[in-house]
Amino acid sequence: MEWYLPVIWAALIGTAVAMYVILDGFDLGVGILFPTARSERERDLMMNSVAPFWDGNETWLVLGGGGLWVAFPQAYAVIMPALYLPVIFMLLALIFRGVAFEFRWPARTSKKYWNIAFTSGSILAAFFQGVILGGLIQGINVQNGQFAGGPFDWLTPFAMLVGLGVLAGYALLGATWLNLRTEGAVAERARGQAKMLLLVVLAAMAVVSLWTPLEVERIAARWFSTPNIYYLWPVPLLTAIVAFFLWKWLNEGREAPPFIAAIVLFLLGYLGLIISNFPYLVPPTLTVWQTAAAPASQIFMLIGTLFLLPVILGYIVFVYWLFWGKVREGEGYH
Amino acid sequence: MDFDPLLLARLQFAFTVTFHIIFPTFTIGLSAYIATLELMWIRTGTAHYHTLARFWTKIFAVSFAMGVVSGIVLSYQFGTNWSRFSEVVGNVVGPLIGYEVLTAFFLEATFLGVMLFGWNRVPPWLHVFSSIMVAFGTAMSAFWILSANSWMQTPAGFEIVDGIVHPTDWVAAIFNPSFPYRFAHMLTAAYLTTSFVVLAVGARYLVAGQYLDEARTMLRMGIGFAAIVAPLQLFIGDQHGLNTLEHQPIKIAAMEAHWDGDKPDDFHIIAWPDENAETNRFAISIPRGSSLILTHDPEGLFPGLTSVPASERPSVPIVFFAFRIMLAIGLFMIASAWVGVWLWRRGQLFETNWFLRPMAHTWWIGFVAVIAGWVVTESGRQPWIVQGVMRTADALSPVPGGSVATTLALFIVVYGIVFSMGIYYINRLIHRGPPSAAGESEYPTASRPLSEGGAGMRAGSA
Repeated sequence: MEWYLPVIWAALIGTAVAMYVILDGFDLGVGILFPTARSERERDLMMNSVAPFWDGNETWLVLGGGGLWVAFPQAYAVIMPALYLPVIFMLLALIFRGVAFEFRWPARTSKKYWNIAFTSGSILAAFFQGVILGGLIQGINVQNGQFAGGPFDWLTPFAMLVGLGVLAGYALLGATWLNLRTEGAVAERARGQAKMLLLVVLAAMAVVSLWTPLEVERIAARWFSTPNIYYLWPVPLLTAIVAFFLWKWLNEGREAPPFIAAIVLFLLGYLGLIISNFPYLVPPTLTVWQTAAAPASQIFMLIGTLFLLPVILGYIVFVYWLFWGKVREGEGYH
Repeated sequence: MDFDPLLLARLQFAFTVTFHIIFPTFTIGLSAYIATLELMWIRTGTAHYHTLARFWTKIFAVSFAMGVVSGIVLSYQFGTNWSRFSEVVGNVVGPLIGYEVLTAFFLEATFLGVMLFGWNRVPPWLHVFSSIMVAFGTAMSAFWILSANSWMQTPAGFEIVDGIVHPTDWVAAIFNPSFPYRFAHMLTAAYLTTSFVVLAVGARYLVAGQYLDEARTMLRMGIGFAAIVAPLQLFIGDQHGLNTLEHQPIKIAAMEAHWDGDKPDDFHIIAWPDENAETNRFAISIPRGSSLILTHDPEGLFPGLTSVPASERPSVPIVFFAFRIMLAIGLFMIASAWVGVWLWRRGQLFETNWFLRPMAHTWWIGFVAVIAGWVVTESGRQPWIVQGVMRTADALSPVPGGSVATTLALFIVVYGIVFSMGIYYINRLIHRGPPSAAGESEYPTASRPLSEGGAGMRAGSA
């Protein structure tokens, strides 16, 4: 039990983070692509394609952060101070783009500012989420179980590159989402953007994958030793296959398949990260077992999660089903 | 330049949490009000309940967005600014917040989508159900967060092993001694605050001679609710105070500016508590009032501030004045609601401008009372972050003061913009008023769904 509980919790939080990245990824992506709209009407359409969902999507971020605190309080207590500035910058960016959803409608002359807030908030939130990820991969300075580094340890070229990679990735999710949910000029433009973004994402994945083993020795050791290397090579191969089909489906003008392929692409990248870092929660020192909460706390929360998570997933699926299909113009409560 | 990280972190949390609490207070109350309106609409078929529900839903959406984004900040601030706190008490407080996410946040966020965008897509009963789910979610959220906060005031059901808090009894931890009182007090505060917003908007329209049907409904509902619940809140607050006297007597001593525990004390209506001289200056008092309220005996004794060293006391003036602000607003609410009922019985409620004009400006008073109340309970707990378990000074993250100062400045700028624009837009939505029930001009026929039986639903909803 002492061994399994932290692993189960790591899997649950990993799932919450994956859900967040995919779900908020596409609505942040729509925000990133927002300035490419040609008219206010197109912007309304783009925003309405994600408006019923963004709130629920962002809740996964709270579950990810809150879950980390619940299950691994020591990791939470090290990661948050270590990545203090990027975490708070991300939160501030999310504030701007979150309120823009609601402020844009009653606004008249100030509408253009909320368009800017929506875009820049989406871009900065995506970028800093990538920076946080990069900061984690490159490792956190821990002594005696406490963060012992400086306030700008995260500020490295590697972390900036991961930030740009996540930015491009979210934009790709957003473009394939728009292709799925909208029609006409917006969808057509989104397909073109998706193809370009796919190339950028693949390039970013390649550079990060080459740079990671150079930057982080322990990951190099894990990747390039036998027998690991035999198990790991399917990940890049699968990525290449999925990318190929994503390109093909975009060319054929398919609707749902490109979005699904973009999600799979994200999950493959995520899988690569897990393979490279597990069981470290705070690389390179603290594992899931070292940072785990008291078993009584993990069990108490696990029982509730096992009952509640299926219910939550149930009504989330219901709401997505309810709003499925092409987004209709002028729909809303405004 | 040297910054004091502790002071800055406390300022930052005080700022962000004060900003945040405004919105949950309003959305807890408003979601319940909207659900009530929709229920009345579906039961009576009266159109203006529906009109009102849609009108308030727009304002709800703006407020809810501000509550969500400022709430996400808090869930991360425990770690960024108070990492030692997170580590030491995470085993108990963490799961309480975790349950809040699972039972409340997903529920309200997901059904909010249906509530806002589902009018044309779901049958009326399902829309009513969604609104009820949102209202239920906001109340559940209050349940867990108040449980977590109450645990910090009156911790129970735990043991300390190697300096880390471990749970021993979850029921005792969740239903810790102050929780029932604090939960009741806050939930009631949220509903009461919202009733004053609603009645203020009703009064505003009546004074302006606009939207008279809707305005009368709002005023009646607001006054009727407040006339019963405002006195009830006074009683709950009194019970909460007695509970605090039992578990956190020094907080009560600070609220009353009661220095010497060997003597019974007056209730100081106004005074300047002098912390250096350990006495009150310029006091205007009701003789033996405090003893009477707290012990139900004019000669009753209760612990004074001097029973602990100065380093163990909260800031007396802050707690003392915040308590008086809350109490004064509470008493004003009772008085004004009863005046309203008196006018109502005389059949003059909708015409009495000397009453309606000032009431139109009372929308904010509940929020001030809520913030003042939180200042009392949070400042009154100092120097502890978890009463008797952990001091605030020991809870800090290893983050340099410069980082905290930078982010504090950013929070002030960003929240300043967002808050002032939010108030501005809400005011504009109120100024625009409810959509006219007959025309619904802002929903052009082009948007009417032709499929999925939507047209039928619209007919049912008109």
